[in-house]
Amino acid sequence: MRYLPLTDNDRHAMLAAIGVASIEDLFADVPEAARLEAPLDLPDHAGEMEVERAIAGLAARNLSPATAPSFLGAGAYRHHLPATVDYLIQRGEFLTSYTPYQPEVSQGTLQYLFEFQTQVALLTAMDVANASMYDGASACAEAVMMARRITGRDKVVLSGGLHPHYRETAATFARYSNAEFAAAPPDVDGVEDLGAMIDGETACVVVQNPSFFGHLADLAPIGAVCAEAGAVMIVAVTEVMSLGAVRPPGGMGADIVVAEGQSLGNPLGFGGPYVGLLATRDKHVRQMPGRIVGETTDADGRRGWVLTLATREQHIRRDKATSNICTNAGLCALAFTVHLALLGSAGLKRLAAINHSAAVGAADVLGAVPGVEVLNHTFFNEFTLRLSKPAGAVADKLALRGVLGGVPVSRFYPREPELANLLLVAVTETNSEADLAAFAGALGEIL
Amino acid sequence: MSEMKFSEEHEWISLDGDIATIGITDYAQEQLGDVVYVELPQVGKQVKSGDDMAVVESVKAASEVYAPVSGEVTAVNEALSDAPDAVNSDALGAGWFVKIRLSDPSELDKLMDQAAYAAFIAGLG
Amino acid sequence: MAATGRTPGTISGNRGLQIEEPLIFEQGGVGRTGVDFEEPVRREDRLGGLAREGEIGLPGLSEPEVMRHFMRLSQKNFAIDAGFYPLGSCTMKHNPRLNERLARLPGLGDLHPMQPEATVQGALELIDSLARWLKLLTGMEAVALSPAAGAQGELCGMMCIRAALEAKGDARRRVLVPESAHGTNPATAAACGYEIDAVANNARGRVDLGAVKAKLNDDVAAIMLTNPNTCGLFEDEILEIARAVHEVGAYFYCDGANFNAIVGKVRPGDLGIDAMHLNLHKTFSTPHGGGGPGSGPVVLSGALAPFAPLPFVVHGEEGFRLVEHRGETEDEGQRAIGRLKGFHGQMGMFIRALAYMMSHGGDGLRQVAEDAVLNANYLLAGLEDVLTVSYPGHCMHEVLFDDGFLEDTGVSTLDFAKALIDEGFHPTTIYFPLVVRGAMLMEPTETESKAALDQFIATVRGLAAAAKSGDAAKFHDAPKLTPRRRLDETGAARHPVLRWRPAPDKAAG
Repeated sequence: MRYLPLTDNDRHAMLAAIGVASIEDLFADVPEAARLEAPLDLPDHAGEMEVERAIAGLAARNLSPATAPSFLGAGAYRHHLPATVDYLIQRGEFLTSYTPYQPEVSQGTLQYLFEFQTQVALLTAMDVANASMYDGASACAEAVMMARRITGRDKVVLSGGLHPHYRETAATFARYSNAEFAAAPPDVDGVEDLGAMIDGETACVVVQNPSFFGHLADLAPIGAVCAEAGAVMIVAVTEVMSLGAVRPPGGMGADIVVAEGQSLGNPLGFGGPYVGLLATRDKHVRQMPGRIVGETTDADGRRGWVLTLATREQHIRRDKATSNICTNAGLCALAFTVHLALLGSAGLKRLAAINHSAAVGAADVLGAVPGVEVLNHTFFNEFTLRLSKPAGAVADKLALRGVLGGVPVSRFYPREPELANLLLVAVTETNSEADLAAFAGALGEIL
Repeated sequence: MSEMKFSEEHEWISLDGDIATIGITDYAQEQLGDVVYVELPQVGKQVKSGDDMAVVESVKAASEVYAPVSGEVTAVNEALSDAPDAVNSDALGAGWFVKIRLSDPSELDKLMDQAAYAAFIAGLG
Repeated sequence: MAATGRTPGTISGNRGLQIEEPLIFEQGGVGRTGVDFEEPVRREDRLGGLAREGEIGLPGLSEPEVMRHFMRLSQKNFAIDAGFYPLGSCTMKHNPRLNERLARLPGLGDLHPMQPEATVQGALELIDSLARWLKLLTGMEAVALSPAAGAQGELCGMMCIRAALEAKGDARRRVLVPESAHGTNPATAAACGYEIDAVANNARGRVDLGAVKAKLNDDVAAIMLTNPNTCGLFEDEILEIARAVHEVGAYFYCDGANFNAIVGKVRPGDLGIDAMHLNLHKTFSTPHGGGGPGSGPVVLSGALAPFAPLPFVVHGEEGFRLVEHRGETEDEGQRAIGRLKGFHGQMGMFIRALAYMMSHGGDGLRQVAEDAVLNANYLLAGLEDVLTVSYPGHCMHEVLFDDGFLEDTGVSTLDFAKALIDEGFHPTTIYFPLVVRGAMLMEPTETESKAALDQFIATVRGLAAAAKSGDAAKFHDAPKLTPRRRLDETGAARHPVLRWRPAPDKAAG
């Protein structure tokens, strides 16, 4: 077998050195009743060609967004990935190293994580960020727990513009805590006012910008209400590319920012692995979950990097840790860092502007299709359409015509009949004019 | 100030009227190694003897500090946030943690004097 | 930027192939970019007056500069591709590149998670195949694939246990966790609202059956055990422990981090386990990536299966579909604990793990466990006369030593680990598990050759001899040959600098 270096001769020599007759002697502690004697009902080993054929066969049964006009978003976005990104993250020194617990042999990982933390702080206009979480939804759940630690309060207010997966994940994480959730109804039109839901018992308010339905809002007023009540404002961003064009949460009074970082560096990959961002103010740094890299010096006085503030973490604090998170999203954070290093401020701004411009153009074209109404007055690269027919069936029919034309809101809210005709449409730099024409044409025929 | 008293959790207590100043002992700071952070309670907090009162952290360990006596926290050593190393360099002085107004002075009777504490740590090997 | 501090004796501060590399923020210029795009079509914006103003502050670099920056950083890392990584409890095994290729196939790597189900039947079948492999290998009835990593898998498993107990109206408050457990175990139990009750190990490095029985009563919700345990030993009284746990109505959670030792040889389902997470990035070779991404599927008994999180894949009349919301029946997620992350799970890791399992096959996976255990015992045999073995007898996939052999040498476990770095090896896991003093936990995995093990054994023997001969200074100074020497972790924690900021004079301008 190609992954196993030992030969039968090696095995015999090693058993002899150990002083046992057979490999079974080394498994003697396994109770006899639990030893598996018969082979399992699984195929035998296979060569590279056979495995590739089997998995490529499965891949061929999917409709690839690379071959179909695709306007899918809802928290995961298709963007151009520079070739350099994928090359660099496949360097074995990055791909096949462990968590940088031994800093002398991990300066590469530690330095890029320090760069990642800085990039995230700059993008969100916050003071400090951690070295990544699993994804946006779990980062949001962690932020809610963090806010409860900061305030010592239990009431959690969730905006109706927050991604439903984020709402559900936060609720699951807090299932066995004292948290009390107050979730506003889906905010289809981007007009909700959460002020009345916030009081002196409120630990945090979680809002999203752009919202799940695509609307943009100035969060400063709700931030002021939070500040007045002593509550923490958590701002979620599911499309990190928007931070190249839209006023950042840190400029609108956010205490904690969480984001899905997938759009930078990471492919759609059917939903994961992605990279969660979590940033906050300096004063809350010790309540932050997850790994953090800090600057220091070595024995020769040279600048270097280490994991720091580790006493917040499970491997030291055990049951009193800020979170049980251990492994995070190291390599996805690297992809994010490389992509953003390539873009720089100028590239990010231009790319964000292209996304916005393309979305504005698409909204006008799609809004002109009979049976289609664009709900948004404001948006970045995603907006909501109200169709004359249920959006789920329309999306399925579009797919039959080879168009991945948006995500039906009913996929997230299946039991809300008034949302049944809503379709989320995302437009990025990957969408051509021809894609848009194909989408608009197919939509017109179906409606 | 009165003579110092000591707890089995390696805290020291020095009494001035009904205000007890509390820190951790030299033995404790040596066991912890370089202290990097001290998390202190809010002034005004009521603590009961045996409650978690503070957390002292070194690079690779975090230890709860338990209140050796009951009462109200009247002051905390803010200087430790910028200079936690005082816990190492001057544990019985500048490295103090909190001041507590005693609610039950009889609790002091359960604590050890200098000689008894010295014997206690000698017994820990 | 030149390195500050003592220089290595060159003008540049570089040392041959070790090239100093400043932060990206200390390079490049304003207005540049390494990605070419045309100007956007000019249209009136719909940002509602919320356009971002001012500088973001990211540096502008060309593609070659970015390439060189990250290449240089990569060269400061140790990696399993480059050398022996005997990091106990972490299973640093070879990561096949076939798996990387397959995860990037068009039609897999580029699928959107919210495509209509009819357009992703191959992807859903792949998830279903992975589930089948994992259920067969573990002998368990169900598997929840969505947890993002091992710690989230633990959370998932323990939440299922609590949900199952509450469904019976059985409120219990305590979870038993051995002192030797991974830190995630008590952290997870606490996150599920449980009090932690530590269980002592016995003199043989196993959880003490008597101590478990003494703590078991109808207030115990579960025991969390790792098997093989973190001392590298098989819990040989596991069947008795499982029986005792079940007798009081509690559940048996197993931390499956060490499944590599028994895959294909022992099925956790035959050990009386109710829930166990698997780290795909350990046993099933998905790359560790410098600390993630991982993937932490949880296998569940029939009693816990109804509580598995959303979403999950089912096979219906019209092919595969996803259950994404609580439905009307148990099969449709009626009693699911909820959702643990966005979308469906770590699909990229599923593809890699399935490719790995198909490559090995049922026969090869059994050989994986045997070779992993053989390699660890070969290290034990080669080192037991010069190091201090913590517990007598053979080990499983990893071998635990403590610092007894360093007594009176002036050399600590940490020093010894750092000396290994200068010899070209990644250190072993140190100071874990907590149940022995100065622990050194070595896990070679099955992907090391006999020659690699022989070289490591010879090196460790040489270092042990040097320590015992009184050459403590060699160890205190180590490592000397790395891009950075020992780093000041105390200073880093006392005065945290967690991001780059522009120098004050630049910020003013």
